[in-house]
Amino acid sequence: MSSSSTSIMDNLFQRSLEDLIKGFRLQLLGESNFISRALEEIRREIKVTDLSTKSTALHKLSYLAALHGVDMSWAAFHAVEVVSSPRFQHKRIGYQAITQSFHEQTSVLLLITNQVRKDLNSANEYEVSLALECLSRIGTHDLARDLTPEVFTLLGSSKAFVKKKAIGVVLRVFEKYPDAVKVCFKRLVENLESSDPQILSAVVGVFCELATRDPGSCLPLAPELYKVLVDSRNNWVLIKVLKIFAKLASIEPRLGKKVAEPICEHMRRTVAKSLVFECIRTVVSSLSDHEAAVKLAVAKIREFLVEDDPNLKYLGLNALSIVAPKHLWAVLENKEAVVKALSDEDPNVKLEALHLLMSMVNEDNVSEISRILMNYALKSDPLFCNEIIFSVLSACSRNAYEIIVDFDWYVSLLGEMARIPHCQRGEEIEHQLIDIGMRVRDARPQLVRVSWALLIDPALLGNLFLHPILSASAWVSGEYVEFCKNPYETVEALLQPRTGLLPPSIRAVYIHSAFKVLVFCLRSYFSAEESTLSFSAQEFSSASSSMNAFTYESILNLVNVIELGLGPLSGTHDVEVQERAKNVLGYIGMIKQELAEKLNLQDNETEVFRVTAFMEDVFSEELGPVSATAQEKVCVPGGLELKENLGDLEEICGEFLKPVESDSVSDTDKISFSVSKLRIRDQQEASSSSSPPHEASSLLAEHRKRHGMYYLPSQKDDPDNNGTPNDYPLANELANEISPDPFNPKKKPNQSKQRPVVVKLEEGDESRNPPQAKLDIETVNDDEYLSRAIQSALLVKNKGKEKDKHETNLNSGQHEKDESSRIEDQQNSEKKKKKKKKKKNGERSSKHKSRGRNVVASASEQVIIPDYLL
Amino acid sequence: MIGCFGRRYDMLDNIHFVLLVSRQGKVRLTKWYSPYAQKERSKVIRELSGVILNRGPKLCNFVEWRGYKVVYKRYASLYFCMCIDQEDNELEVLEIIHHYVEILDRYFGSVCELDLIFNFHKAYYILDELLIAGELQESSKKTVARIISAQDQLVEVAKEEASSISNIIAQATK
Repeated sequence: MSSSSTSIMDNLFQRSLEDLIKGFRLQLLGESNFISRALEEIRREIKVTDLSTKSTALHKLSYLAALHGVDMSWAAFHAVEVVSSPRFQHKRIGYQAITQSFHEQTSVLLLITNQVRKDLNSANEYEVSLALECLSRIGTHDLARDLTPEVFTLLGSSKAFVKKKAIGVVLRVFEKYPDAVKVCFKRLVENLESSDPQILSAVVGVFCELATRDPGSCLPLAPELYKVLVDSRNNWVLIKVLKIFAKLASIEPRLGKKVAEPICEHMRRTVAKSLVFECIRTVVSSLSDHEAAVKLAVAKIREFLVEDDPNLKYLGLNALSIVAPKHLWAVLENKEAVVKALSDEDPNVKLEALHLLMSMVNEDNVSEISRILMNYALKSDPLFCNEIIFSVLSACSRNAYEIIVDFDWYVSLLGEMARIPHCQRGEEIEHQLIDIGMRVRDARPQLVRVSWALLIDPALLGNLFLHPILSASAWVSGEYVEFCKNPYETVEALLQPRTGLLPPSIRAVYIHSAFKVLVFCLRSYFSAEESTLSFSAQEFSSASSSMNAFTYESILNLVNVIELGLGPLSGTHDVEVQERAKNVLGYIGMIKQELAEKLNLQDNETEVFRVTAFMEDVFSEELGPVSATAQEKVCVPGGLELKENLGDLEEICGEFLKPVESDSVSDTDKISFSVSKLRIRDQQEASSSSSPPHEASSLLAEHRKRHGMYYLPSQKDDPDNNGTPNDYPLANELANEISPDPFNPKKKPNQSKQRPVVVKLEEGDESRNPPQAKLDIETVNDDEYLSRAIQSALLVKNKGKEKDKHETNLNSGQHEKDESSRIEDQQNSEKKKKKKKKKKNGERSSKHKSRGRNVVASASEQVIIPDYLL
Repeated sequence: MIGCFGRRYDMLDNIHFVLLVSRQGKVRLTKWYSPYAQKERSKVIRELSGVILNRGPKLCNFVEWRGYKVVYKRYASLYFCMCIDQEDNELEVLEIIHHYVEILDRYFGSVCELDLIFNFHKAYYILDELLIAGELQESSKKTVARIISAQDQLVEVAKEEASSISNIIAQATK
C-alpha cells in the first residue's frame, strides 16, 4: 500500500516534460546544476512501477540526452519496460528512447526482439510504424535475422503507410543479415512497378543505396529502372534513379548510350534545379563520352554559374571540376566566370574556383594564371592566400616542373611568393629553390640573384614561416657562388647581426655558405694572381674582371669581416653553429698568417694555396637530385637476408630489443643474430681496431651491431662497390646513370624561350601513388556478402528459365569468384522455393510480352545485361 | 570506420544526421541516423555550430566537413542542418529541409522557435514521418499532417482515460 501511495504522489506531482523545459528556461542554478537535479529526479521516478510515471521520466531523459548530451545508456532497461506498455503514447516514448540511445553493444537489446515482433504484427498501423522505425535504426544481425519473416509480410501490406516504411527498413535488414535478400528481394523488385509515388520513391531509394555499394548487383534491374527513368515525373524518384544509372553506367558503358537521351530530355524539360543538377552530375561523372549530353550539361552549368544564387554558383563550379579532366574546353569556355568567382565572398566558392583554375594550367598560360593568382593572394585572407600559393607551387612543380619553360620567371615568382605578407608555405618554397638549383643548370644565375634579394630583405628575417626560404637562399648563395656578382656583399648578408633571429639549424647553413664564398674568393684571387704571372698585361685585365677583380685588400677585408662576424659564435651554446663557426675560424687561422705576410702569393707551394685548393675540391662536387628509389638501386649483398621473418627475430632476442640503457651495453656483446653474425664480427673488429670509442660512438656501434641488417652495406663487405671511398653511391653518379640525357656543361641557353634542361630521373621522382585499384577492392570486400546475396537472389528468380545464359552473365570478376558459393546458395534455396517458383514463372513470362514493347529497344542492345526479370 | 572516400561503410543512410541549432548556438533538435557515440555527438554539434553560425547570410548553404557535406538553411532564428555524403544531391537536401519546415509550419500554425522548444518531441515525430533510415519516405505534406494528427488523437484519447483521478485511484488501490 505504501508503495502504491508514493506512486500516486509521484504520478500526481511529477514534473512533465513541459515543466522541465519551462523550469530550464527560468532556472537560476546554472545549466549543469539544473541538469543534475533533474537527473536525480528522473532516476527516482524511472524506478517506479507505474508505467506512465516511468514513461514521463524516460521522456524527460531523452530530452536531456538529445539536447544537452546527457548519458542515457543506464536507462536502457527502463526503455525496454516502457516499450512493452500497451499504451501507444508510452510505446512511442519508449521507442524514441531506444532509437536514440541503443547501439550494437547494448546488452538489453536481446530483450526487445519479441516486443518488436509483437508490434510488427500489431493491428494498429502506427504501432507497426514505431517498430519499423526502431528496426531501421538499431537493427542488428540477430534482430534482422529473427524479424525477416515479419518484414517480408509487411512488404506485401495493403496499407501504403506501412509498406513504404517496410521498404525503408529492408535496407538495414539486408545490410545486417544478407540472407534476408533471398526472402525479400522479389517483393522489393515488384514494387518498382508500383503506381504509388511514395512506394516507388522508397524502393528506388533502396536500390540507390544498394547500387552505391555494389553497382553490379543492380545491373540486372536496368530495364525496370529505365522504365522509371522515362516514365516518372516525380523529381524525388528521378534523382534517385539518376544516381543509380550513374553507378551502373560506370560499369556498363553501353548502358550510357541508352540513358543519355532520356537524361538530356529531363535536363531540357525540368525547371527543378535539383533535378537539373543531378542530370548534370550524372552526365559529367558517368557519361562523359557522350558528346551531345556533355555539351548540354556544360550549357546548363553555364546557366548555374551566371546565377546570383551562391548555391548554384558553387555547384556549377563543382560540376565543372568533375568534367575538367576529360573536357578541359568546358572550363576554358567558362574561364571568366571562374576567375570572377575567385573574389567571391564565400570561401567554398573561392576554393572551388581555385581548384578549377589550377586544373587548366598549361605551358602557355601558366604565367598568366600565376599572375592573376598572385594578385588575388595579395588581397586575400591568410587562409585562402596560402591555399593559392600552395596550388601554384604544386601545379608548377608537378612532374619535375613539366609546365615551366622560363625558369628565370619561375624563380622570380618564388621570390615574389616569399614576399606576400601572409605566406606560410616556406618549406615548400625552400624545397623548390634547392630542387631547381640542382636540376636546372641554366636557372642558377637567376636563382642566385633572387636568393641575394631574399637574404637582404629585412622583412623575411622576422617571419617564422619564411625561415626555411632563407635557409634555401643561403645555401644557394654558397653553392652557386660563381654566379654571384658581389661575393663580398653576400658574405655581409650572410653574417648580418640580425641572423641571430634565425633558429640554429639555419644559422649553421648561413655560416657554411659564408665558408664556401670565402673559399671561392680566395681561389679566384689566387688564379688571378697566377694569370698575371703567366699572361701578358692585356689578358690580365680581362681575366681579373671575370674573376670579380679581387685585390689583396678586398680579400683581406673579406677575411676580417668573416672573422669578426663569427668570433662571438665560437662560444655559442648550439653545437651545430659552434662547430660550423669553429671550422671557418680554424681555416682562417690557418691562412691568415701567410696571407698577412706575403703581398704577392706567387708561390703555389704555400700553405694557403694548398689548403684553399683542397677546400675548393671539397665544395666543387656538384649536387644532383636523388631518385626516391635510389635506395632500392643499391644491390643487396649476398648473404644478407632482408625478408627473413622479423617475428622470429623478436622471439629470439625480444628482451634486447627494448630501449638501450647505457649500463647494459656490455651485456649486449653476447648477442648475435644467425644471419648477420659474420657482419657483426666485422664491425666489432673494425670498431675495436680504431681508436677507443667515446660513449656516443660506442652506442652507435652498438646499435649497428644489433640492427646491422638494416644498415646499408659498408664498403668492406659490399661486392658491388667499385672502389670509391664512399659508403653510398654518389647522388650525381646515380642521376647521370639514370638520366637519358646528362646535361652538357658547355651548353648555353640559345634563346630565352627555349626550355632549359631539367634533370629528371626516370622513375621514382614523384612520390608514387598507392595503387588505387587495391583500395577499391578493399572497400568492396565490405559489401561483398550483401552483393553476393543479391546476385544469388536474382539468379534464383531465373532458375530453370535462363540457365544457359548464366555463363555469359558472369561479366565481372566478382561474379566468377563467387560462382561456387552462389551455386550452393541456389541449391539450398531452390528446394524451398520450388513451389512458389512455378507459379511465379507463369506470371513473369506473360509480363515479359507486354513489357517487351516498351523496353525491347534498350534491352536488346545490352547484351551483357541479363534480363533476368523479363 | 572511414572508407577510402571518407564514406562510412557501416551505414547506408542518405542523411547521416539532422541538427537544429538556434542563432545563439542552442541545440533544439538532434537526430542521428548513423552511429555516433554520445561524446562524438557533442563534439560534432560544437564543431558544426561553430562553422555554420559564423557564416554570413549571402554565402552558399553547403559546408564541407570531415569528408562529408553539411547542408544548412536558416529559417528565422533557427539553423536546420543535415549531413550527407559527397556524392549526394545538395539541392535535394535543401528541398527536404524546406519540406520539413513547411510541415512544421502547417502543424503548429506559423511555427516559431518556442513551438519547437516546448514541443520538442512533436518535431521528432514529424521528422520520423518524413525520413526513415535517413531517406525521404513521404513527400506529401498533407499525408504527413494527417498521420501526425491521427497519432495525436490516439494519444489524447488514452490520456483522458489515464489522467482522470478516479482512474488513478482505481489503479493504485488495485
